Amino acid sequence: MDVLKIATAGSVDDGKSTLIGRLLFETNSITTDKLEAIMASSKKKGLDYVDLSLLTDGLIAEREQGITIDVAHIYFSTPKRKFIIADTPGHFEYTRNMVTGASNANVSMILVDARNGVVEQTFRHFYISCLLRIPNVVVCVNKMDLVGYAETTFEEIKAEFLAFAEKVRFPGQEISFIPVSSLYGENLVKTSEHMPWYTAAPLLTLLENVPLEQHLSEEAGRFPVQYVVRPKSEEFHDYRAYAGKVASGLLRKGERIMVLPSGQETTIARIEKFGREIEAAQAKESISLLLQDDVDISRGDMIVPISQLPQQGRQLDATICWMDKKPLRVGGTYLLQHGVNTAKAKVSALSNLVDVVTLGTDTEVAELKLNEIADVQLRTAKELFYDSFAENKANGAFIVIDEQTNSTVGVGLIK
Amino acid sequence: MAIHPAVFPRELEDEAIYIIREVAAQFEKPVLLFSGGKDSITLVRLAQKAFYPGKIPFPLLHVDTGHNFEETIQFRDELVAELGLELIVRYVQDSIDQKKVVEETGKYASRNVLQTVTLLDAIEEFGFDACIGGARRDEEKARAKERIFSVRNDFGQWDAKKQRPELFDMLNGRISLGENVRVFPISNWTELDVWNYIKEEQLAIPSIYYAHERETFERDGQILPYSSFITVSEDELVSTRTVRFRTVGDMTCTAAVESKAVAIEDIIGEILSATVSERGARIDDKRSEAAMEKRKQSGYF
Repeated sequence: MDVLKIATAGSVDDGKSTLIGRLLFETNSITTDKLEAIMASSKKKGLDYVDLSLLTDGLIAEREQGITIDVAHIYFSTPKRKFIIADTPGHFEYTRNMVTGASNANVSMILVDARNGVVEQTFRHFYISCLLRIPNVVVCVNKMDLVGYAETTFEEIKAEFLAFAEKVRFPGQEISFIPVSSLYGENLVKTSEHMPWYTAAPLLTLLENVPLEQHLSEEAGRFPVQYVVRPKSEEFHDYRAYAGKVASGLLRKGERIMVLPSGQETTIARIEKFGREIEAAQAKESISLLLQDDVDISRGDMIVPISQLPQQGRQLDATICWMDKKPLRVGGTYLLQHGVNTAKAKVSALSNLVDVVTLGTDTEVAELKLNEIADVQLRTAKELFYDSFAENKANGAFIVIDEQTNSTVGVGLIK
Repeated sequence: MAIHPAVFPRELEDEAIYIIREVAAQFEKPVLLFSGGKDSITLVRLAQKAFYPGKIPFPLLHVDTGHNFEETIQFRDELVAELGLELIVRYVQDSIDQKKVVEETGKYASRNVLQTVTLLDAIEEFGFDACIGGARRDEEKARAKERIFSVRNDFGQWDAKKQRPELFDMLNGRISLGENVRVFPISNWTELDVWNYIKEEQLAIPSIYYAHERETFERDGQILPYSSFITVSEDELVSTRTVRFRTVGDMTCTAAVESKAVAIEDIIGEILSATVSERGARIDDKRSEAAMEKRKQSGYF
């Protein structure tokens, strides 16, 4: 069974919580006690309807203010798939939480209120979906019941959205549009009778059939070494394996590989999963590798097929999204975490601060504030082995850590 | 929509093993919090797989409230012996005797809240910098907000508004002295995923998860196990029922469900048709809407 990760963003008013609540309800994923609890809370708040957002707004502060502050994870499944929704806030102040929630998504689900059409938050959400190269975007034009289920309204919104999207989308990104009414469940699980002009599949069917990232295995093989397994027991006296998760591509038994940074070459002697031998391992699998020759390998090193070497160097050009109150400044020193490898890094230049709504850029950038996105140039203390984010997501991203506070303060996508 | 059984998505196991290996690599003194329940049994299996054929490179810690089900303790000791694991046990009773906490009184008295103090003391005693736990995001809405590496300050507290962003699969476990990280490798699993995994891996579980006869009584619409740890009022009638438990907590705050399940398949079938959630049978969560968030702020798991 496969897992589809969906990121959503929005505010209370666009009906996102109702839509998620509906999906849960229709797939039998809410139990009676949870439903009763939110019915009681809705009543206590003086509402005359059941506020399904209470299901996902898990923090006291969120319920007080009626907004989503941090990412919530919601789970449901159908016979075809398991779904994980990362429900993220839509306001500018919480852009970093949106980026966090969307970083692992296969699908970005964007809600548009049919009465208001495309708004600033719609642009922001779509821009971030493109920045993170989410391959599928589903635009739900919601509250169609309030515009008389009019096809013209739907088409106008679609045209406006596409006009913006054409400027930022990347080749191969799929964008679908669905007219829905989450309040009445129109086009969510069943095709709506009110909108015979819409002939494509309802939302859930669409989500069940979104193609998963098959290309991950077609990418170059990247195996970051996480942990060296050396039992030193009587039975496994000379056993030495390199444990980790295949970041991308495929690794095969008998394949010639290179260890980075040392540059030593050898052959994959055996691939194991809990002692069981497998012939090949693909992206996302946690495995142990045994090599033909004794080579010096430690955590943070990377094993790659000799025919598919990554880029290497001490200078990185990247797009960066800043996530800390203390701004990023040219000359600042940080710790960079690239996969399971870390290196000190110094900011050598900042440029092209983006306005994600107008798409205008500022070339002169002195500092990068919380939630801002710009281009950065970094110099690292040691050589890194990377790919561009566009070619290889898993080996093309890094996080930035402030060594004073230990916090994760930014995310970078390598150009 | 029709109710359907599911196959366990293997991707979740790969993710959990990756997280557990990160813990062993990034921290100096990790520990696995073990309650004897199905989630911590799953964690032990995942840790075994992560380091095979090596041993699990960290001990297990059980905070014993003294109000546990006997069957759970017996199961715990058997598992530890079979796998050759290191087990540390710390007792809430000791914290009470040392006058660090005061036993609750009355009808709803429970040691659930008290165990936080015993846990924090154990973390300090051994200098644990990472505690691996079996909490899942689908259990409860405050838990749905939790990170995989969740940093706690030197008082063990969770600050929901100051959580570190967690991007892609990169886990940042850097902390200052005195702080610790709570790690949740099965964050993305649901109750059903855990059961399907236990079934596919053929893992042993304590007998109280299966239907058995037990002395019980009804309170607030729930079936509670009768024991010497709980105060039963005169109008609460104790009788024998055939029940099982969906979670393994304290005897004072874990409600039972009537059941005929004798095999894992039966349990899965019952969960699929259940109208009450797993934590719906935990009286500790019923204290208020924000019960979990408030407990987590004070250092609870």
